[in-house]
Amino acid sequence: MTAPARPQLAPPSAASPDRPPSRLRRAARATGPPLAVLAAVIGLWYAVTYLALAPRRRFLLPPPHQVITDGFGDWSTFHETLKGLAATAKVALVGLAIAATLGMIFAVLMSQAGWIERSFYPWAVVLQTIPILAIVPLIGFWLGYGFWSRTVVCILIALFPIITNTLFGLQSTDAGQHDLFTLHRASRWARLVHLEIPSALPAVFTGLRISAGLSVIGAIVGDFFFREGQPGIGSLIDDYTRSLQSAPLFAAIIVSSLFGLAVFWLFGLAAHRIVGSWYTPRQRS
Amino acid sequence: MLAASGVALEFRGVGKIFPDGTEAVRGVSFMVEDGQFVAVVGPSGAGKSTLLRVASGLTEPSSGTVAVGPTVPGYVFQDPTLLPWRSVQANIALLAQLAGLPRTRRRELVAEAISLTGLEGFERHLPRTLSGGMRMRVSLARALTMRPSLFLFDEPFGAVDEITRQRLGQEVLRLYERERFAGLFVTHSVVEAVWLASRVIVLSARPGRVLAEIDVPFDYPRPLDLRFDAVFGATARTVSAALQESFA
Ligand SMILES: Nc1ncnc2c1ncn2[C@@H]1O[C@H](COP(=O)(O)OP(=O)(O)O)[C@@H](O)[C@H]1O
Ligand SMILES: [Mg+2]
Repeated sequence: MTAPARPQLAPPSAASPDRPPSRLRRAARATGPPLAVLAAVIGLWYAVTYLALAPRRRFLLPPPHQVITDGFGDWSTFHETLKGLAATAKVALVGLAIAATLGMIFAVLMSQAGWIERSFYPWAVVLQTIPILAIVPLIGFWLGYGFWSRTVVCILIALFPIITNTLFGLQSTDAGQHDLFTLHRASRWARLVHLEIPSALPAVFTGLRISAGLSVIGAIVGDFFFREGQPGIGSLIDDYTRSLQSAPLFAAIIVSSLFGLAVFWLFGLAAHRIVGSWYTPRQRS
Repeated sequence: MLAASGVALEFRGVGKIFPDGTEAVRGVSFMVEDGQFVAVVGPSGAGKSTLLRVASGLTEPSSGTVAVGPTVPGYVFQDPTLLPWRSVQANIALLAQLAGLPRTRRRELVAEAISLTGLEGFERHLPRTLSGGMRMRVSLARALTMRPSLFLFDEPFGAVDEITRQRLGQEVLRLYERERFAGLFVTHSVVEAVWLASRVIVLSARPGRVLAEIDVPFDYPRPLDLRFDAVFGATARTVSAALQESFA
């Protein structure tokens, strides 16, 4: 007698017919598709450089290998780029830290008193809708053209997602748990510390991740306008553009994107370490 | 309002109309004496949860009065309402912590509640790693730490399988036989009501009114196979008949 066929969820693999896909296979599944896209983009890049652009206009898009040799390979240029990145990173991280602190304090205050939320939330929305580029010159006018002006740009741009996500987290606490705290006559402080803040943490991390990306953008934008002291990577990008140095320009753009990615990834990791044990977002299976 | 001595909970003509106009209960009067275990059955939406919320003070009645003892009742919600980031023992410690009890006392109470509910070995587990029945046990243990003289149960075993449900019912009986708290146990199961309680209150469909109060002629401790006793069957049939009326 033969055993009835088991329903197959995935096509059987030769090595392990019953076991779930190995770590290696899962890693391949996760990294394969984006790598394929990367390869396609690089291919397209070469095609544009060599097929679409006339040789004398090729400086508009130097081929990838030239970006690597001239942008990353030339140590004095790349060193300059890295120093710029460090300056910009410092602005972005200080701005993010201040925005996070202020944003969370604001959100907690709003969650504690309806009148605070009603009075301030509309202004937080207004802050969000102000075209930041329009007020950047004003910030320079008031605060000068150095570190603090750049930091203020980051704060303005990063504050709103922290406020909204934290507030959302604080307010989406389970009603049954609130009943339990009410029943046992918990103080407002106990409710905040033992119930509302822990249940808001996943949303806080979502906000932090969004704001981290925005803060990096804010710092680069600030670099374009405020050029006192150590030039940030934004001013380098501006300089390379003006002087038509396309290989270092591309290198600087790639380095800034990698930095943004790293920050985003770091906050994802922190979220996983801190709330991952009890909170799992719904995932695509 | 403070209940008279010997009385754990008393509803006098309690009615509740929610702001949206829903009338949940009307003119409900009954009493739970100290150390007495009373069950409430009624169709869904009859206002059973509302009655418990009124008894606990979470909701104010629109009319009538409710009298309870001076201490916070133990409330076991339909949901275990555990804090997902806290371990089993930290969840059980919550109420003692909110009451501001010193750490050593807290630890004693938690250890005792853990052994009473058979949760040894799970102290450090997070709720999400537990089965539904185990979570309910944690919820029960949490309420036990405060040694309440009145327990309110809101269909606590509605979401678990039949076998777990019987085991949890047995545990509640065992705890009751040991601690002799007053209990008000809401359920939609007639058999569960008769098995656990010394009196069963039958509520009508919305707005909930008391249709019948039926005494259960058995003492405690009650064995599990009491359910197969002829008198048990007859009592359950009486409750069932009253419940049928509630749909009429
Ligand atoms: N806060 C509320 N506002 C309006 N209606 C409510 C509220 N709570 C409960 N109800 C309504 O009151 C009725 C009784 O609810 P409930 O006490 O939960 O019934 P049961 O527990 O017997 O199923 C239901 O119709 C329910 O929809
Ligand atoms: Mg209910």
